[in-house]
Amino acid sequence: MERLNPRARSDQYGSRLNRSHSAILANIVPWLSIMLASLAPIFVIASGIPIMPPLGLLMMLAWRLVRPGLLPMWAGLPLGLFDDLFSGHVFGSGVLFFSLSMIAIEAMEARFPWSNFFQDWLTASLIVIVYLLFAMLLSGAQLSFELLSALGPQVVLSILVFPFLSRIVSRFDRMRLLRWRVVN
Amino acid sequence: MAPPTSRRSSYSKRAQISIFTGYILAAIGAVIGVLLIILSIWRPDLPGNIRARANDVVVPAERGAAEVRTGSKGFLESVQGYLRAGAQNAELKREVELARIRLGEAAVVEQENRRLKALLALEGGESRPVAITRMVGATSTSSRRFGYIGAGTNDGVQPGMPVRTDRGVVGRVLEAGANNARILLLTDSQSVLPVRLSDERREVVAFARGNGDGRIRIRLINLGLNPLKPGDLFVSSGAGGYYQPGIAVALVEEKTDDGAIARVVSDPAAADFVAVQPIYQPEAVAASKVADEEVLGEGTGETTEAAEEAE
Repeated sequence: MERLNPRARSDQYGSRLNRSHSAILANIVPWLSIMLASLAPIFVIASGIPIMPPLGLLMMLAWRLVRPGLLPMWAGLPLGLFDDLFSGHVFGSGVLFFSLSMIAIEAMEARFPWSNFFQDWLTASLIVIVYLLFAMLLSGAQLSFELLSALGPQVVLSILVFPFLSRIVSRFDRMRLLRWRVVN
Repeated sequence: MAPPTSRRSSYSKRAQISIFTGYILAAIGAVIGVLLIILSIWRPDLPGNIRARANDVVVPAERGAAEVRTGSKGFLESVQGYLRAGAQNAELKREVELARIRLGEAAVVEQENRRLKALLALEGGESRPVAITRMVGATSTSSRRFGYIGAGTNDGVQPGMPVRTDRGVVGRVLEAGANNARILLLTDSQSVLPVRLSDERREVVAFARGNGDGRIRIRLINLGLNPLKPGDLFVSSGAGGYYQPGIAVALVEEKTDDGAIARVVSDPAAADFVAVQPIYQPEAVAASKVADEEVLGEGTGETTEAAEEAE
């Protein structure tokens, strides 16, 4: 007898027989991954200069740009609030800036609906640069040339880390829709 | 592919309204952000409280990370030691470095003692640390330099207390949660510390202010001929009442017009264990917080209360 293709009844998320997506997993993965990214920089001690990229913001931008339509527009408020708890910036700057960047990306998408990855990268880089400058202005630190020059490595690292984060996000996005056995 | 958010029908009233609501909600989020910023600049203690509580939750994880970090650092160091001339080399170098700092501090203590004896028979003994704990983390994304330690009000840590390692001053407690405290590191641009030179032949007093790029700017108080040389050690002078006098702070790296650029002796990135010390002169600190018009004395409620709290 001719064997059926073993993958005939499965899609990229696993077998479809008696299995379906988990609503909890599908909804929680983006939020959880962004919150974990907000937490991550605390574990690194960089005493001299701020070196770690703002991973929470970058992760949110990656989710928004790689997988548009998933995060609601108001996502900036709760995610920014969580980021503020651990970022060390002035409390509220995360809420303000996460919300503003969601509005900015939405408006940009309405204006230029067709975008390739490099355009997304440019968008994310611009947002992060403005965010870092803005957070530095608000932080109450004494503005000086040294402080600005200390920002350089962090900006470069933030721009370079975005493609990596978007790969992670696309991997998470596949994990999000894994099929699980349903009992009913 | 155009994103799903762009595939919108201009005929569907429902789709139009949901887009509009999205913009409104996001704008409300931004407004809340502005309000929070204003609130935290106007009353910095309010968000600090929430932040301290949030950090209490993560501190156990941070502590584990700190252990791994120092463990792996030690491992790397000994590998490096073998590569050069055996692990002892690294060990001995660290000891010599410590000894040099100690020697500088001892010279200052001697100088201090002589000066005090000349004045009065005043006693300023070494006080016991409030808590000995780990440096668990730092805000590594922000332009401000804050660190987190794994001890809080449960261990008796109060805002204002100086934090040091075996090498020297690290910073000062800014806000304390139940099991963690946020400290203002020396390298922060808002941190100012009165220091003096650890050389008894040159009486130099100065302010050490964070430069924002991981170094410290030394500003001399008595301007004139700049007597500093690269390699000079600055120690805390005890002025202001927060820090004990004679703790190593910074090493001069290059001279400037009004002082020097210096490196921190106790780099928080290299610090694993830190000691929180009581405020050196709680009365002086409390007195400096009282407004000019108020009369200092036993009767003034706020002063005595603050002093008691600090004790």
